[in-house]
Amino acid sequence: MSLLTHPADMAPLTHEAVAERLKGTKVDVPNAVYKWAMFGALAITLAILVLLIASFFGAGIEVLSNRGMGFLTVGNSSDPAEAGMWQAILGSALIAAFVAAIAFPLGIAAAVYLEEYSSENWMTRLISVNIRNLAGVPSIVYGLLGLSIFVKALGGVTGGRSIIAGGLTLAVLVLPIVIITSAEALRAVPDSIREAGFGVGAARWEVIRSHVLPYAAPGILTGTVLSLARALGEAAPLILVGASIGFFSSAEGTGLLDRIQGTFTAMPNLTYGWARQPGEDWQANTSAAILVMLVVIFSFNAVAILLRNRFDRKRDY
Amino acid sequence: MSPDPTTAVTGTESNVIDEDGESRFREPERRRSPRREGDRVGPTAPRVEARAAAAPTDERVDEQHAVFDIRDLSVFYGEFRAVRNVNMVVRRHEITAFIGPSGCGKTTVLRCLNRMNDLVPSARVDGQILHHGVDLYDREVDAVEVRRRIGMVFQKPNPFPKSIYDNIAFGPRIAGKPKSEMDDIVERSLGQAALWDEVKDRLSDSAMGLSGGQQQRLCIARAVAVEPEVVLMDEPCSALDPVATSRIEDLMQQIKDEYTIVIVTHNMQQAARVSDRTAFFITEVSEAAEGQGGDQRTGLLVEYDNTEAIFSNPADERTENYITGRFG
Repeated sequence: MSLLTHPADMAPLTHEAVAERLKGTKVDVPNAVYKWAMFGALAITLAILVLLIASFFGAGIEVLSNRGMGFLTVGNSSDPAEAGMWQAILGSALIAAFVAAIAFPLGIAAAVYLEEYSSENWMTRLISVNIRNLAGVPSIVYGLLGLSIFVKALGGVTGGRSIIAGGLTLAVLVLPIVIITSAEALRAVPDSIREAGFGVGAARWEVIRSHVLPYAAPGILTGTVLSLARALGEAAPLILVGASIGFFSSAEGTGLLDRIQGTFTAMPNLTYGWARQPGEDWQANTSAAILVMLVVIFSFNAVAILLRNRFDRKRDY
Repeated sequence: MSPDPTTAVTGTESNVIDEDGESRFREPERRRSPRREGDRVGPTAPRVEARAAAAPTDERVDEQHAVFDIRDLSVFYGEFRAVRNVNMVVRRHEITAFIGPSGCGKTTVLRCLNRMNDLVPSARVDGQILHHGVDLYDREVDAVEVRRRIGMVFQKPNPFPKSIYDNIAFGPRIAGKPKSEMDDIVERSLGQAALWDEVKDRLSDSAMGLSGGQQQRLCIARAVAVEPEVVLMDEPCSALDPVATSRIEDLMQQIKDEYTIVIVTHNMQQAARVSDRTAFFITEVSEAAEGQGGDQRTGLLVEYDNTEAIFSNPADERTENYITGRFG
């Protein structure tokens, strides 16, 4: 028999022989090990998350169901049974408004310039790399930046330690994230779309406005909404620019302008303040505040997903 | 076969080539080649008389009929020279086909004809492309206006991810056509592309829902909607089946009276079927002595003539080898 004999020729090609050969090995040990190791990693992660939520869910739900909407609509107080999240919710909402009004247009426009106008050279690459680095800078550093610029140097405009300073600081904090996600969304727009636009005599800005931005909109929106969620979760930089973590009185009947220039707080800062208080009651309040915060941030993520799906449908019809 | 450009230019002054024109074109990376001796710097595009009077072909082509008078065109991508020394005249209301093996530069030349290559940051052009006597690469020329007059259909159908109606209307809209005319323009353009009957009841549906052949006809309709003088087609049928291909070819014959068409094709039968004139390009491996170093492949125009002559009686042996299937 020659060395080149085909294996199929060596065994008779009967039904039984072929069926036997095609059965393969019954027990695949490496596959099982691999599969269960991966499952173990997933299980540990989920267990930690479940523990985390369980640790405050019970107490938080109790406070929320006892106090009802009152927990959200009354201000802070030194009495745990009276203390509510109103100022923190208002503060977070105003901060979100600042971030949306400042970081979104600036970030998206910067990304459009980087992706659509700038030429590929060492300067652009340097700038891109540094924007990525800025996104990784610890938030406390942005807090210090906010303190020196928005609180001290621009104190006349912002009113010093105020919600304006806080909003500006967080807008700067998420700016790199907005730029990076928007730039990625723009990069994902196929060149054939741009060529089609140029091919009928569109100028670059017309191509960007009518075709590139609409195509990239779902990606840009997702990125921006997620960056908003990030801003709402930040406590450290706000402490530096003056967010109250203790108790403060805000006079009844003060106007909005007084509030945005005066002492302020935000949800993470209020939570931190309460968590430092001794006693079961405060801990229950803290749990409830965490729950509220999570609901807000989950809603933002849900909005991001919904927007993306809606635009995706519109894009493909 | 290629006419010698130095003797062919009847004007004593050749066209202006200047590096400063780039900002106006919004493509900051585009670089013109260094000025050659004898070039004149001036603010306006000097008229250059059509070369055809001195061209070695018997036929004379005046400025009116020379849609493109390509003179000594070389295109570079960075240091790489994609195509060199192309000389040819594309005539009005004719279908001109570019054929040749892959990488021979035919698409590159086509994309220079409406300055689409400006979008490639490293692309650089040497030589002249006269469009009715005006150098398309002159500093006074706006690439956006060029593309409005010289439309393009791409290899892969690339409709906008919008409605059928909006696909057609985008070009006329940005060209400033009033809204009241838009319905007529859409109907006329789709009619010219032989697509109207198939889509007239679903104009607001997405163009992405059309078949590949319909999408390509939509792209042709989109190109003619802005009433260009020329339509450039870059292998428009390479992604289509034979039936759709044949529809596009019929369409080209129908619109030929109104437009000048330049088509790049891999398909020699297609060139033979549809075109009046055929340009055959080839890839040559240039010598290290060129100073470029290494194995450099550069496209080259070998022969340009009536399609009939190219396919029945080619002057160049390489053309004959290619069309008889001996290589390529």
